Amino acid sequence: MANKIRVATTSLAGCFGCHMSFLDIDERMLQLAEVVEFDRSPLTDIEHCTNCDIGLIEGGVCNSENVHVLREFRNNCKILVAVGACAINGGLPAMRNHIPLEECLNEAYLDGIGVENAQIPSDIELPLLLDQVRPIHEVVKIDYYLPGCPPSADVFWKFLTDLIEGREPSLPYELVHYD
Amino acid sequence: MSKTITIDGKTIPFEEGQTIMDAAMAAGVYIPHLCHQPEFTPHGSCKLCTVKVNGRNCSACTYPAMDGQDVLNETKELVDDRKKITQMLFVEGNHFCPSCEKTGNCQLQAVAYHLNMLDNHFPLFYPDREVDASHAEVMIDHNRCIFCALCVRASQQTDGKDVFTLSGRGIHKHLVVNAQSGLLKDTDIDATDRAAHICPTGAILIKRTGYQVPIGERIYDHKQIDQVALETEHLKHGE
Repeated sequence: MANKIRVATTSLAGCFGCHMSFLDIDERMLQLAEVVEFDRSPLTDIEHCTNCDIGLIEGGVCNSENVHVLREFRNNCKILVAVGACAINGGLPAMRNHIPLEECLNEAYLDGIGVENAQIPSDIELPLLLDQVRPIHEVVKIDYYLPGCPPSADVFWKFLTDLIEGREPSLPYELVHYD
Repeated sequence: MSKTITIDGKTIPFEEGQTIMDAAMAAGVYIPHLCHQPEFTPHGSCKLCTVKVNGRNCSACTYPAMDGQDVLNETKELVDDRKKITQMLFVEGNHFCPSCEKTGNCQLQAVAYHLNMLDNHFPLFYPDREVDASHAEVMIDHNRCIFCALCVRASQQTDGKDVFTLSGRGIHKHLVVNAQSGLLKDTDIDATDRAAHICPTGAILIKRTGYQVPIGERIYDHKQIDQVALETEHLKHGE
């Protein structure tokens, strides 16, 4: 079918729980696939997004790569959506914001219980960590927010069907949860 | 003929000495609030109950009802202001609902749901705040304190103690306890005190009770805070 709505998704500093919840729309995915095609996404393994209608971002930004990916999505998606608690307020990963980065690395790679061959990874391929985990609205403009940890499958469904059918997306009380 | 005010065009009777909040609640009109509880002296600090009285913004919980007042409550402007205030409360603390045992029973969260707040709008502060778990039965997580002073008032006015107070000003404002050590264990608070149960957020918690009611079956999981607040008010008056 020509002119399908192009959707890209990614998980930055997230746990892929939002993606798993998205997949919980179950058989409705077939209905969705009639009008939507997936561009860059863990579901397709396409590495870069191009000219998409909707970008779904899970997770906040915790390293330099997250920032680059987020900017790529903003540059290529007409509508960019913050999906889940971590994208919206940093979530669980942001709880490291109260601990200096050096202490985090020392605990994880040098001093932690059971660490062998203690060394802090410094391969040039590894993205540099930011000193704090930040929500994505602090980096690029975000058009819509889907709260929840994760947002339920019904949240994804309600939001996407609203958009696809040309309505202003809205979530009824029962679908708005921060937990 | 009794005295009346109008709220969003609806005529509401009041008795001398009632605030706009008192009159509204008695008439079944919800005005969002966090720092207010009818049983304690109004504090007027959270500003969520801001209404427009004869064209001027006032806190409904502290402003006396007077005959003929024209009060605006549910206007787009006021609802937007309240949403912004709630967003500020969220970004000034560390409110991570998925890891908070108060989720679903939290009034801060419930007000945000009621206002359909889906994002934080502002940059997050991520302030460094302490957890005081020194007491055997009650704990304070300062990350979630919104300085409503309900615990201060409950301790003084109901428990006859003086366990809490607010210290500092502006961004440095913080909750302190009445003990030389600064620790809750050295105060005379009991787990049965009203002050230990009054917190609208997850800042003051009773230990080992957090998950007795599963997430999904909690107060605000299916009922909006306006409905809960008005039902509670009516129960008190035996209606």
